[in-house]
Amino acid sequence: MQRILFGDNQFFGVNHMSEEKARAQSMRFQRTEAIIEVLDAAYDEGIRVFMCTTHERVREICDHVRANPTRYEGFEFYPCMPYAHKYANAVTEHGLLGALKTYMPEQGMFDAMVKGGMSLAKKEVEGIAQLLIDAEMKMFAGLKTPVVFLQNVVTDLLLGLGFKDAFRMFADHVTRRYGAEPGFITMNLPMLLDALDDVGIDNPIVCSNINKIGFRMSGGLDIYEHCIATRRFRPIAMSVFASGAIPAREALDYVCAQPQIESIVFGASSRQNIAQTKRLIDELSTSISMATRTTHARENLLQVGL
Amino acid sequence: MIRAGLIGLGKMGLSHQAILNAHPDIELAAICDSSNYVLDVLSKYTGVKTYSDYRKMIEECALDCLVVATPSRFHAEMVRDALDSNLHVFCEKPFCLDLQEGQALVDLAQARGRVNQVGYHFRHVGAFTEAKRLLDAKVLGTVHHLRAEAYGPVVLRPAGSTWRASKKEGGGCLYDYASHAIDLVNMLKGVPEAVGGVVLNRVFSRDVEDEVYATLYFDDGATGQLEANWSDESQRKMSTRITLWGTNGHMAVDRQECRIYLRNAVNGPISLPQGWSVRYTTDVTEPVWYYLRGEEYSRQIDEFARAIQGQCEPSSSFATALDADRVIEAMLVAAPGQKFSVRSQTEQPRSSGRGLFGSVRKTLKQSWV
Repeated sequence: MQRILFGDNQFFGVNHMSEEKARAQSMRFQRTEAIIEVLDAAYDEGIRVFMCTTHERVREICDHVRANPTRYEGFEFYPCMPYAHKYANAVTEHGLLGALKTYMPEQGMFDAMVKGGMSLAKKEVEGIAQLLIDAEMKMFAGLKTPVVFLQNVVTDLLLGLGFKDAFRMFADHVTRRYGAEPGFITMNLPMLLDALDDVGIDNPIVCSNINKIGFRMSGGLDIYEHCIATRRFRPIAMSVFASGAIPAREALDYVCAQPQIESIVFGASSRQNIAQTKRLIDELSTSISMATRTTHARENLLQVGL
Repeated sequence: MIRAGLIGLGKMGLSHQAILNAHPDIELAAICDSSNYVLDVLSKYTGVKTYSDYRKMIEECALDCLVVATPSRFHAEMVRDALDSNLHVFCEKPFCLDLQEGQALVDLAQARGRVNQVGYHFRHVGAFTEAKRLLDAKVLGTVHHLRAEAYGPVVLRPAGSTWRASKKEGGGCLYDYASHAIDLVNMLKGVPEAVGGVVLNRVFSRDVEDEVYATLYFDDGATGQLEANWSDESQRKMSTRITLWGTNGHMAVDRQECRIYLRNAVNGPISLPQGWSVRYTTDVTEPVWYYLRGEEYSRQIDEFARAIQGQCEPSSSFATALDADRVIEAMLVAAPGQKFSVRSQTEQPRSSGRGLFGSVRKTLKQSWV
């Protein structure tokens, strides 16, 4: 996995700090060219991964990258599926089954199952899951997708319900069909690690909020630090700036001081911000030697009394 | 452990199921829904006990509490049955479509001493909780006007076959969207004493309104404007905002931030400078034990659990939800409204005593005589 991943929240009007800022961003990026300009800047700064939701508009970005293979040599997508609002709005409009039906590629099959009041065998539920994954993956055909993520709303819903087998189904299908590593995005890191353990997903890639102020880190900062230091998984830190609540250097210093954290995902809208963030991550990742980093992690453990 | 049952597995129901199941003090004993297909999958994969008859579930499962997340028209009957079985009840919003029935349920819950709560989750959004704290401390002085808004992308074309598209079942923008804004107004400013200028318009729906506008009148002379529109595609998801104007300044609150402008600085237990200050969601949001779509959904269920354990009172009770229902009912009654022709004003001699200023003029004249 690459150390720095470029995220997409800023392109689709997601901002956890301000609705006005979110609106301004979605206005600026309503032209796909504007998104591509920023992606180009990220590429030119040496970032090679776009970690993106399977938003309809990502399709156009995929088309563009496919059409310009030399410009984007070595460029990878880490798809995060599904784009949950699409489903949530459909559930409100059509009900749970109606929504599922809308997004099933083979409607006839699903209709027959539901109308027949058929009780579903495990194989069939898995079949539905696979069809939904394939539908989301279609836009990435021919592009490099070495890691495929399950988006947090779905991961966390399944986690809360205790529907752990779904994680296994996702992991198996993504590995077999796409030769990719499965990844899981969550707002509930400690709880998810237990669940992934239970279904035997070893050393999983897990992306969660990791920031100095404990913003959206369910269970609290201390438990997160303990998990990162002691549990076997490959952490990706997101929301490291807590939507801008933490100054950049301080925020990245906190994350880079935890050597177990493999990757950092961040979003930015200007070349200057991208360059500055990348420079800081590079600097802080190398300046803290392995030894200090290990001591640091140990100290953290002692501090939380674990 | 608190043994909980859940009825209704729509979007809110599923979300409640996950949150209840993840709560350390709650044991989700059983779920109930009319779709056997959904029950079958959930029982197979999560091991939860399922029912298609909620009375049977109540009878067999030795529950302590019930969470009702069915379409609104079923609320009253289910809540009554649960209270009659001595269960604590959490009911989705809107509470009850019939005011008398609603009052009877408030009384019944009170008489039986059961915890009663309604899912107006915006009360648990950090920025709104903070706004309440600041307003209670009178940082804005006397609030004389407010605007309550709710916009989002629910009905975007002439279709829709769920209960939300049916008036009889408690669908429509007024019950579904405007109710949240009304409840927030009730929490932040108090329940209005009257409503007027009510507009309930259809944009795409056949049976229900898609946009709601009204003027709110408060007993202290303050006024408010309510605007809700669930056919607004420019919003990624539901966006709710309350803006208040007071003698000492202005405040605008949404789920992300609370922006305050003060004419004069406030000092004391709460200190705020003159001019602008902002409380961001990151400043006012405490982590929860389990997160799904927003802290507020977990927080309201946690409050329900703590209320059952006798540690607190729910901030959104049957009584406060009935207040929201009352405002809704008044709006439905007022909706046909009175209109004054613009053209005819130039054709007729000006009559006195028209509108608010007219009545003020009239009062003044009378007192001068």
